[in-house]
Amino acid sequence: MSALLARPRLHHSGDSLVLVEFEARVAPEVNDRVVALADAIGQARVTGVRDVVPGYTSVGVHVDPLHFDAAALEQVVAHSWDVARPAGSQPRVVDVPVCYGGVHGPDLDAVAAYAGCTADDVVLRHSQQIYRVYLLGFLPGFAYLGTVDAAIAMPRRAAPRERVPGGSVGIAGLQTGVYPDESPGGWQLVGRTPWRMFAAERVAPAVLKAGDLVRFASLPHDQFDVHAGGPWP
Amino acid sequence: MTRGPAITVVRPGLLTTVQDLGRWGSQALGVPVSGAMDTFAHRLANGLVGNDGDAATLEMTLLGPELRAERTLMAAVAGAEFALSVAGKPVAAHAPFIWPAGTSLRVGARRHGSRAYLAVSGGIDTPVVLGSRATHLVSRMGGVSGRALMSGDGLPVGVARRTVPVARAVSALPLTEPALVRVLLGPQDAWFSRPSIEALLNEEFRVSTASNRMGYRLEGPSLAAARSDEPISEPVPFGSIQVPTGGAPILLMADRQTAGGYPKIATVITADLPVAGQLGPGDRLRFAACTRAEARAALIARERELLRAMPEEVEA
Repeated sequence: MSALLARPRLHHSGDSLVLVEFEARVAPEVNDRVVALADAIGQARVTGVRDVVPGYTSVGVHVDPLHFDAAALEQVVAHSWDVARPAGSQPRVVDVPVCYGGVHGPDLDAVAAYAGCTADDVVLRHSQQIYRVYLLGFLPGFAYLGTVDAAIAMPRRAAPRERVPGGSVGIAGLQTGVYPDESPGGWQLVGRTPWRMFAAERVAPAVLKAGDLVRFASLPHDQFDVHAGGPWP
Repeated sequence: MTRGPAITVVRPGLLTTVQDLGRWGSQALGVPVSGAMDTFAHRLANGLVGNDGDAATLEMTLLGPELRAERTLMAAVAGAEFALSVAGKPVAAHAPFIWPAGTSLRVGARRHGSRAYLAVSGGIDTPVVLGSRATHLVSRMGGVSGRALMSGDGLPVGVARRTVPVARAVSALPLTEPALVRVLLGPQDAWFSRPSIEALLNEEFRVSTASNRMGYRLEGPSLAAARSDEPISEPVPFGSIQVPTGGAPILLMADRQTAGGYPKIATVITADLPVAGQLGPGDRLRFAACTRAEARAALIARERELLRAMPEEVEA
């Protein structure tokens, strides 16, 4: 698999961001390299680097332009771009409980109508898939997950909601994700997790990180409160 | 600390938030950086009262607050020009002053520029969240409960680290009308037609009223992309100029999201971010392309100006 990937190229966005870009293709094997290279750059502690951010197909390296050691970054990239995850190690799989439909998933029936199936079929198709966390963005702890079963890949709502409750699980085309906190949002809401997907005071503030695998597990509505505020250790 | 607040908010002003140099290091978790819109003025205000540049200040926008000191503080205001008074007597910006216990600091309407920074010796000491005190309004993180100040809020102030610095009046960045902001083209300038690039660099834009700390919507010539597809969402910096399908550019500012999926025609150089940070609704601006060497020279020049204002930080 690694032989198919070309060496990434370095691009600049202004004088404070270096983008290390792999091929422009949203695919697990490309994103694996992004995540591994972001880790390597972070661990190398290159002078003047302020933040290392994995994207779908590129690593964003935010720098202090006056102190940044560009040659050192190039060395890390040259040395580490082709190193995938350590042999034998497996990505983490996170099982996220979701109460589908009803008050927790106000758009479940709309997605069923879009797909031409029953609401139960939508739940099955959404919870059978194993998703990959490509990146976090939009809001603290918001993970962009792919890839949704094409049959239920309903586009965003025409008019976004002003208030989406924290924990809501939405679909936007081939992407799915969990709103970590109450916010405006336009994704089709099929359910809600009782977990707090982001809490700044936790040792690991975000439940998910880029490169993780995610499964959604259907949870009876009367179990919502039991799991509220989780995940519990 | 069990000590009560050092500052009480009497009137909050239009939009007053606790800011520092930003919440770096957590963007991989989707946490926006936020921080001061004009980091030059923020650092200048800190330097004038003997703080490190990263100490938290109050960013005051367009119409300033009225604040009461609960103990005597040393303070300085830098950035946009506002009417300033302590206990009814005018005080000068860009120089440290004593703010006696029990008196009110009134920050009136801006005369020039949009944002000024109030630093107090010891720094605003609200809780640190993920390494920063910066307020990010959309995610309700940092500052005072993640929001703008409200009447009745109490603000703790840290312990001053240094003795009284050399009082030295310095000036803010000169602001022109229209503001001139230098950019480096890209990273997706190749997505745009030649006329769109020329329009960006030769014509004037206006900051629309639908602008905030996340970004400025710019009114002016349409910068239509030559391609109909969109780039894959990627990390974005402060100062990125992204162009949605409609052709109306958005200049990303301090509270920007960590990644963006519109083509980015150009990026404001770090040296000129403070110029952009002083713009408000209705203000006019022009962009000019520069080289990487010019961007670096401009940033070194800005740093020299700051060092002049902070003699105690100059190394022998």
